[in-house]
Amino acid sequence: MPPPEPADTAFDPVRAAPFLTARSHNGWLGMLYREHGADWVELELPWRSDLVGEDDRAVLASGPIVSLMDMASGLAIWTRMGSFQPIATLDLRVDYTRAAAPRASVFGRATCYRITRSAAFVHGVAHDGDPADPVARMQGVFMTIKVNPGILPGG
Amino acid sequence: MARLTPYADALGITVEAADGDAPVMRLDFSDGVQGRPGVLHGGAISGLLETAGYALLRGALVQEGRAAAMKPINLTVQFLASGKPHPTFAKARIVKLGRRTANLSVEAWQDDPSRPIASAVMNVMVVEPE
Repeated sequence: MPPPEPADTAFDPVRAAPFLTARSHNGWLGMLYREHGADWVELELPWRSDLVGEDDRAVLASGPIVSLMDMASGLAIWTRMGSFQPIATLDLRVDYTRAAAPRASVFGRATCYRITRSAAFVHGVAHDGDPADPVARMQGVFMTIKVNPGILPGG
Repeated sequence: MARLTPYADALGITVEAADGDAPVMRLDFSDGVQGRPGVLHGGAISGLLETAGYALLRGALVQEGRAAAMKPINLTVQFLASGKPHPTFAKARIVKLGRRTANLSVEAWQDDPSRPIASAVMNVMVVEPE
């Protein structure tokens, strides 16, 4: 078990997001922090021509959208918890409600609406400029139990 | 075998083998697909699952002589075990291929196909040209 965090190190997505999105898969995708509230975080996935899902349409593939919503969900959970704890994605659903505009950045906004002792529930939208007109809706469940992170699923 | 999407190429997905009619997709571990240190990112797993689904569906449509476009409706992914820094494989099954939609089931594994690390259900719109 990791030592308990001191009370004065509350999770701050403004400081944590650039660190968490700068490296590995999130860094390869090029995610950026945009804004947050008490229980939500929004990230941006800038347009990149080699991330398209079809040769003939300038629209990001859905894989990067899942990665974006997964990271935004994690940040939303830690923001609502007020601390950074190991979590793992259990289940993530994305409904694609319309095609994104060609060559558009996609923004992922996730809200953590419920945390229990062992689970965190999130929902959110992916949009291309107007959160009220999403290109996708997301629903997810994460595990929050504190165990050796090496045995947790997801990533 | 039709070529993969630009996203699949960029991520590093390759076609490992054709197992019967269903292609097996392969994703090698690298920093670009890493989530937590030493763990495969769930988004990269999802991308692999979807790529296996679309490749199988594209092949089935071609076999039926249909020049239809595939549009995503939705995707639900279950993460069953942590992805180790090993090669990961995925293979899809067409549960239903109808006139307007297709329903696919996809599994991803590492060392043992009978112990999947993730599974997905995909609904895809099949749009025939006018």
